[in-house]
Amino acid sequence: MLLIHCPYCDETLPELEFAHAGEAHVARPENPSAQSDAEWEEFLFIRRNVKGPHYERWRHTHGCGRFFNAVRDTVSDRFLATYPAGAPRPSLASLTGESE
Amino acid sequence: MTPDLSAPGPLAESAAAKLSLAVPCARLSLRARGAAVAPLSAALGLTLPERIGTRASTAAGDTEALRLGPDEWVLHATPAALPGLLAACAALSPEHPHSAVDISGRELTLVLEGPRAAELLTLGMPRDPDSIAPGEGRRTLFDGVSVVLWREADTRFRMDIWHSFAPHLASLLATGCAELAAETA
Repeated sequence: MLLIHCPYCDETLPELEFAHAGEAHVARPENPSAQSDAEWEEFLFIRRNVKGPHYERWRHTHGCGRFFNAVRDTVSDRFLATYPAGAPRPSLASLTGESE
Repeated sequence: MTPDLSAPGPLAESAAAKLSLAVPCARLSLRARGAAVAPLSAALGLTLPERIGTRASTAAGDTEALRLGPDEWVLHATPAALPGLLAACAALSPEHPHSAVDISGRELTLVLEGPRAAELLTLGMPRDPDSIAPGEGRRTLFDGVSVVLWREADTRFRMDIWHSFAPHLASLLATGCAELAAETA
């Protein structure tokens, strides 16, 4: 079982308390009606499907209830970092530097 | 073997642990953030706790608050105190937007106590019971159901469960009481 650190509760808790919520940092367009069909398609459907460190959203469903962001390596399933929603994305260099 | 949840009282008892249904209390869900928190604390007569999982109660002891999330608290009070709490919150609404909802009818509370009460919880809870210190509380998961767990003492817990899940969890916990005792014997 994965152990996930919730940045709001500041505790490391079992995966069962959390729900995965897709890729992070997919920003909704400021002016949706000005978007072309191709841009909408990209916003709605196109995801990066990364092999390696992946920026993704999680929700502490059975806890504080908050969405937050995480960087998880999709190969090893290891969490490199978790940080509150709305915070800037941490650079990969700083994360891999810390963890090795 | 679903225990009878129609009236407060003991549901199951063994040498390991005792399970009972608590007397109904008034419950309030409070959502607020930023500048609204301090005035609400003053109006409710307690300091809304800062850290998730910590608790606070009024001087009279008739109301207790537990922080569930960054902007969320749950309050337990005596039924007599509820109208006063709702009025105090409503009076603040114009200047300090927040949400205070009476959820008394939504849940019931089971009390788990006994020498192996913490071990009984491991039956359905993925997190370590000892990560919740006595006097604290958390919202967590128990056998697939979201519950609010209040740790009163080393060997005493209160568990708030939504009504529709209560028969399932009560029967699971009653089975657990018997199983733990059979193991000791």
